[in-house]
Amino acid sequence: MSQQVSIRDMFFEETEELLEALTEGLAQMHAGAHDDETVNAVFRAVHSIKGGAGAFKLTALVAFAHRFETVLDEVRSHRLDPDADLMRILQRSADHLTVLVDDARSGEDTHGAQTPEFLSALDACLGGPAEPELEDLDGSFGFSAITLDLGDIAPAETPSGQPFTIIFWPHKGLYANGHDPALLIAALADLGEVWAEIDLTKLPDLDGFDPAKPCLGWTIHLTTTESETEIQSVFEFVEGLCDLHITAQHPVISSDPAPEVLVFDIAPEVLVIEPSVAAPVAESADRSIAEARRADAAQADGGLSEKNVPKPTLRVDLDRVDRLINAVGELIINQSMIAQRVSELRLATDADVVTHVEDYRLLARDIQEAVMAIRAQPVKPLFQRMSRIVREAADATGKTARLVTQGEGSEVDKTVVERLADPLTHMIRNAVDHGLETAEARIAAGKDPCGTIHLSAAHRSGAVIITIRDDGAGLNRRKILEIARKKNLVSGDAELTDPEIDALLFLPGFSTASTISNLSGRGVGLDVVRNAVVALGGRVSISSTPGQGTEFTISLPLTLAVLDGMVVSVAGQVMVIPITAILETIRPGNEELHVVGTTDRLLSVRGKFIPLVDVAEGLGFARPPNHPEPQTMLLVETETQGHCALIVDRVFDQRQVVIKGLDTNYGAVPGVSAATVLGDGQIALILDPDALANNRVLAPADARSTTKQTEGKLLATV
Amino acid sequence: MTIKVLAIDDSRTIRSLVHKVMVDAGFTCALADDGVQGVAKFKEDPPDVVITDLNMPNMDGYGVISAIRDGRIHRNVPILVLTTESAPHLKARAREAGATGWIVKPFDDEAIISVVRRVTGAKG
Amino acid sequence: MQPFDSNSATEVEFVTFFTGGQSFSIDIRQVREIRRWSAVTPLPHAPAEVLGVMNLRGSVIPIFDLAVRFGLPPTADNVRNVVVIAAYESQTVGLLVEAVSEILSVSPDRIQETPDLRSDNSRQSIIGVIPVEDGMTRVIDLGAVIQTGKRTLQ
Repeated sequence: MSQQVSIRDMFFEETEELLEALTEGLAQMHAGAHDDETVNAVFRAVHSIKGGAGAFKLTALVAFAHRFETVLDEVRSHRLDPDADLMRILQRSADHLTVLVDDARSGEDTHGAQTPEFLSALDACLGGPAEPELEDLDGSFGFSAITLDLGDIAPAETPSGQPFTIIFWPHKGLYANGHDPALLIAALADLGEVWAEIDLTKLPDLDGFDPAKPCLGWTIHLTTTESETEIQSVFEFVEGLCDLHITAQHPVISSDPAPEVLVFDIAPEVLVIEPSVAAPVAESADRSIAEARRADAAQADGGLSEKNVPKPTLRVDLDRVDRLINAVGELIINQSMIAQRVSELRLATDADVVTHVEDYRLLARDIQEAVMAIRAQPVKPLFQRMSRIVREAADATGKTARLVTQGEGSEVDKTVVERLADPLTHMIRNAVDHGLETAEARIAAGKDPCGTIHLSAAHRSGAVIITIRDDGAGLNRRKILEIARKKNLVSGDAELTDPEIDALLFLPGFSTASTISNLSGRGVGLDVVRNAVVALGGRVSISSTPGQGTEFTISLPLTLAVLDGMVVSVAGQVMVIPITAILETIRPGNEELHVVGTTDRLLSVRGKFIPLVDVAEGLGFARPPNHPEPQTMLLVETETQGHCALIVDRVFDQRQVVIKGLDTNYGAVPGVSAATVLGDGQIALILDPDALANNRVLAPADARSTTKQTEGKLLATV
Repeated sequence: MTIKVLAIDDSRTIRSLVHKVMVDAGFTCALADDGVQGVAKFKEDPPDVVITDLNMPNMDGYGVISAIRDGRIHRNVPILVLTTESAPHLKARAREAGATGWIVKPFDDEAIISVVRRVTGAKG
Repeated sequence: MQPFDSNSATEVEFVTFFTGGQSFSIDIRQVREIRRWSAVTPLPHAPAEVLGVMNLRGSVIPIFDLAVRFGLPPTADNVRNVVVIAAYESQTVGLLVEAVSEILSVSPDRIQETPDLRSDNSRQSIIGVIPVEDGMTRVIDLGAVIQTGKRTLQ
C-alpha cells in the first residue's frame, strides 16, 4: 500500500517536472519556436500527465488533459497554426492544468468549475467538439475495413458447451510481430475444450506469399461456455495478420434455426513491415525538455546554450541528503572543537598538528560545500510559475503585462526556492496590481501599453539577489505618507526621507490599495513578504523612481544550513550575529555618545546619529554585577529601522556556524533566529538584529517610535 | 522459468507502476526510460517480452519496434505497446510497425498481466 | 499523553524521580535517556521553568525545571542532578530532576485519578497518582508540561 502511495507521490513529482517542461515549451513556441521537437515535447508533457493521471483515476485531470492533448496533436500535425490567439489559449490551458493538478494532489475541487470554460475554448480551436484522433484513419493505413468495435457486436448468449469452429490462417506478419499460433491456440484452450487440426495444404490463391515461410493453417474446434466476444478477444492482436473465420456450430439450445456465422472479412494480403514507418534509430538529437532543464541546472551561468549533452543525474531521497548534511554539520562542529583545543595548547604555528588541523578545516569546508550543492536548485521552475501569476494578475486587473526573466540558472537551497514561492507570488501580483498603470495611462505617459515585470536572480558574494522590477508609475510617496499618518504609523509632523517613506510599506498593518481589488485585500501586506524573507535569513528592500517604476530587491543566503557569523558575548553569554547584517565594528569614545531624554542614547557616526540597541536589555538578560560598561558596538543595517548600533560586551571572531533550529523542540524566541553549537559543545543563540532593533525602537508604544524617528531626523539635519 | 519483462517508458510513474505489477505477478522486470536505452537493454539482456510506450524522447515506440524487428537476434520477441487511447489507428500503426499487441492506459493490473501471459505463454 | 487502558492486564512501566522533595513519574515509553546535568544556554523571554537549551548530539533541546513547573523552589545546583530526556510527539525535551529513583511497574488499575489540586499548573500537568510504599508518585503529562511552557512564552 505504501508503495502505491509512493508511486502516487512520484506521479505528482513527475507531473511537476512535466508542467515545467510544458510551460517552458509553450514559452518557446510563444517566442516563435515551432519546430517539431518543441511542439512534440509540449504534446508529450500533457500526454504523460494524462497517462499518469489515468493510472490514479484522476478523472477530472484526465478529461481536461485529453482535450488539451487533442488540440496539441493538431498543432503537432500542422493542422492547426499556433498563432497568437491559439498560443494564448494553450498557455491558459496549461495554467488550468496546473491548478487541476494542485486540486488532484490536495483532493479538493476548487477549480473544476472553470474546466467547461477552458474545454469550450479548446473545442473552438478544433472547430467544434470533435474527437479528431479518429479523423484521418482511413486513408493513411487502410485498416478501416477491419476496424472492429467489439462492443457493437452483441454477443449471442451462449449456453454452456457451445461448439465453435475457428478457421485460422496466419500471415507472415503474424510471425514477424512476435506471435506464436501455438500460444493463440493455448489461449483458446483456456476458454474451453480445444481440438486443433493443422492444415498443411498451401494457399495457392495468395499472391506474393513467401513460400519459404511456413504457410500453415488451423481448423480449431472449441467447445466453450464463453461468448464469441471472448473468442474474438483472443485474436484481438492478430487482426489483419491472419484470415480468421469463427463459426458457431450446432447450438445446443438455440431459438435461432440458422447457425450464427461471424466472418471477419480480411483482405488476404501479406503485411510487409515498413521500417520507414519508424524513426531512425541512432541519430536522435531528440532530447526531452526535462533533460534540457537538468542540464541547464548544472550550468551556473543561466544555461544559454541549449545544445549541451545532458549530464547523467541520480535521484536521491531527500532524507538521505539531509542526513548527510546533518552529519557534515557535526563534522564541522567537531572540527572547530578540535581546532579550539589545539589552539589552547599554544603550539608554534608551524607545528605539525596545527598544519593538520588547518588541512582538516579546509577539507571539512570542501565537503560541506559539496554537500550543500546537492540541495541547490535553479530558480527557473519558480520563475516559470511567475509568468502564470503575471497573466492571471493582468487578467484580473484588465492590464496587459509581460514577464521578463533573467538568471534563471542561479541556484539556491531547495527549501529557499520552495519557501520563496509565496512571497514572490505576492510581490509579482503586487507589481501588476499596484505597480503598473492601466494601458490608457501608459499610452498617455508615452509608454508601451504593455507593462513589463522584470524578474532576475544573480549570485553576489555568498548570497542570491532576486529583483522584481516593474516599469510602472513608481511609488506614490505622498499617498504612502498620508496613509501611514492616518494609521498612526508615523507622527503627523515627521519629515521622512524618500527611502524612509518607502520602508513604511513593510510595516505591519500597512496596505496601499485605497479600494480593495480582487488581488490585494486578502490581508496580506508587504510585512508578510518581509517576514517570510527574514525567516529565510534574507532581507528585502525597495527603491522607486517616479514615472519609471519600482524595484524590490531580495537578498537570500545560498543555504539555510550554515551562516557566516560574528561571535560576540552579551551578558556573559556567547552569541552569534549574522555577518550579512553587520556594517562595521565600532568602539566609540564618550564624545560620540549622546543621551536623548532620560534613557535613549544615540551614537554619532560620521555626522549621522544612530539609535543604540543594548542587546542584553533587548533579550532581558541582566549583566553580572560589577560588569564593566560595554564599549563595543556593531553597526548593523536593518530593513525597517535603517542603521542601528548593537551594544555587545565583546567581539571574538568571525566564523561559519551550523544553523540549528529552535522550532523543532521548542518554539520561536523573540530576537533570536536560531542556535548553533560552538566548539566547546555549548549552544550559542543566533541573534536577529532586525527583531532586536524593531523591538527596541517600536516598543512599548507607537509614541516611542514616532519620537524616535522624528528625533533621528532632526538630529541628523543639525 | 521466470518471464523477463523489459518495460520502456519515459514516465517514471508509469514505469514504476508497470514494474510493481510485473514484480507482484512474479515476473522480473527491467526498465528503460527511452527508446535508445530500451533497445540497448534489449540487446544486452534479451527479455521474453517488451512493454513499450509509443511517444517517448530519444526514439519513440515505433523506433523500438523496428529496431527489434530488424535486429539479428530475438527479432520475434513479443512487443506490447502502451497506448493512452483505444483509437484504432494507433493500434493499426503499431501493428503495422510490428507490435505484438497493446495495452490501453490506464491499465488495470489484471489486464496487463493477462496480456503478458497471453503473448509469452506463461501460465497464471 | 499515552492512554492507559485500565482494563488492560499488561503492566505499565514508569520512571520515577525526585524533585523538590516530591516523587514524580513518567511513562517509560516517553523516556529516551537519562543524562548528567551540564550547563545550559539561557533563552531570552522564557518562562521560569525553562532553564535554557542544551546540546544533545547536535540537537538543540530545551530543559525544563520540573520543580519550578509545579510551583516548588528551583532545583538547586548539584552535581548529582540529572536530566531525563523525554520525547513527546516530534519534540524532544529535557527535565531537570534531583535524582531518578526507580522503575515502577504497575497495572493500569492502580493509577488513580488526580485529586482536585489547587494549582492550575499542577492540575493540568498531572495525569494521575500511583500509591507507593512511602506515599505516592505523581504521573506527569509531558505534553501539558511542554504546552504550558509555550503558552507562558506567548
